[in-house]
Amino acid sequence: MSLVIDSVAKKFDRFPALKGVSLTAPKGCFMALLGPSGSGKTTLLRILGGLAFADVGHIAFDDLDWLALPARERRAGFVFQQYALFRHMTVAGNIAFGLNVRPRKTRPTRAEIGRRVEELLVLVQLDGLGKRYPSQLSGGQRQRVALARALAIEPRMLLLDEPFGALDAKVRKDLRHWLRSLHERLGLTTVFVTHDQEEALELADLVAIMNQGQIEQIASPAELRASPATPFVADFLGQGTGGPGIVPIRTSSKPQPATRNEAAHAVR
Amino acid sequence: MKTIPLLRPRAPTDDHPLVKITLTAIAIGFIALFLFMPLLTVFSEALAKGWIMARDALIEPDALAAIRLTLITAAIAVPLNMVFGLAASWAIAKFDFRGKNFLITLIDIPFSVSPVVSGLVFVLIFGLQGWLGQWLRDNDIKIVFALPGIVLATIFVTFPFVARELIPLMIDQGKDEEEAAVSLGASGWSTFFRVTLPNIKWALLYGVLLCNARAMGEFGAVSVVSGHIRGLTNTMPLHVEVLYNDYQYVGAFAVASVLALLALVTLVLKSVLEWRFADEIAAGHRH
Repeated sequence: MSLVIDSVAKKFDRFPALKGVSLTAPKGCFMALLGPSGSGKTTLLRILGGLAFADVGHIAFDDLDWLALPARERRAGFVFQQYALFRHMTVAGNIAFGLNVRPRKTRPTRAEIGRRVEELLVLVQLDGLGKRYPSQLSGGQRQRVALARALAIEPRMLLLDEPFGALDAKVRKDLRHWLRSLHERLGLTTVFVTHDQEEALELADLVAIMNQGQIEQIASPAELRASPATPFVADFLGQGTGGPGIVPIRTSSKPQPATRNEAAHAVR
Repeated sequence: MKTIPLLRPRAPTDDHPLVKITLTAIAIGFIALFLFMPLLTVFSEALAKGWIMARDALIEPDALAAIRLTLITAAIAVPLNMVFGLAASWAIAKFDFRGKNFLITLIDIPFSVSPVVSGLVFVLIFGLQGWLGQWLRDNDIKIVFALPGIVLATIFVTFPFVARELIPLMIDQGKDEEEAAVSLGASGWSTFFRVTLPNIKWALLYGVLLCNARAMGEFGAVSVVSGHIRGLTNTMPLHVEVLYNDYQYVGAFAVASVLALLALVTLVLKSVLEWRFADEIAAGHRH
């Protein structure tokens, strides 16, 4: 009962975004995919979410042939970097979406959905804001709406794409601790993508360091610090030792296909 | 008492008052000269010989036939172009495929080609001497100089309107929300109706209104394929020309005012909707 990724590869046109990635993570673990822009981490996350397709490879989760399931049947709660909230729906409407689109047979009653939304609003500390529109919320609040929306479908796993990328330093810190404690409570298998090694090392049980479409090393934060497996890992982690609060310089990125999403977000 | 400082500091982007007044005056003058004056002329000419004359010109059988034909044509062309525009902009904005830029160029062709040329194309294809002319005649199908030809020409001329309105908006909105919907378990169908369509409904409405205005007002292309048969294949714009050439100025301007009124109604409708749903429209833009 774990997440097993077996030699997954993916090319965009001719550019290899993932060159055969394999890893195993225990169920319920909090795993970070850490790497510079263009390392393939977002592509891997999108493949897990069913939003991109692997050319070759196999993924098993919970005894399921994960890649054989279409995205809408995976129940992988995906939190997008820019949240991708439905702008024409209220906060409550956003959170209820995943329940409202269920086929009639499995759809909870209206009252049940309403109750569920209230619970989730409390969980993400947004009670009372259900009637607001996303444009009326701060970045941190939108982030939590996106999370509540993903949690509403009772996801099998949680996938977070640069969950703190668009937030300022203070909010980022608070949200980080809150997310970690939420994970302790829910115990969901969670994979998140980040380019910030401090964030990855502080938050995750397991960190996969990616570079140019490959995993350089996958280990616990302590192990990574103690014995980096490759010069790249040592170098990449070394950036963060400039003292607390120093945000690492983001590796410059030509908008390569693997990070098309990130590049697109950056120019918005 | 309040004291007003003599030299109020101006914001750096604030222009000199004289510049502002001049620019505003030019804009208003231009609008008055090129928009209001012609419009006023249309109505005043129509009513020049009194209300009764204008009314009689409108309820005369040929005029009624022209109005009916115009409405039928728009009623067929506009929905078809709405479906086409939606499909094209959906494909262009949400998917990556080869030849996408070529498709965008193709959509623009009716804008860049003279309507008369577009009309001629249909005559060349479906006309008696055209490629399909003989076959059509053998099978007793009338296209040119009949309703189908008029509808075809109108569709051709107006088909970029909806797509042009939607493509930039849909590209700007990206496909994040659709991806979110799918990952939350929505089917393609409910993603479209619950997420995509609500996000573009205002642009779609504008596109449809513009498309409709042009469909009712199109002259060039329709003129070539219509054959100008009074009471049969004359649309309102063609009827206006026929009357005008016959020196029936009151009739010509009366029909023209109906056309102008239809356009004005369209504009008012659009403004009312904009005003009524201002909040929702503002929320539709990227936050």
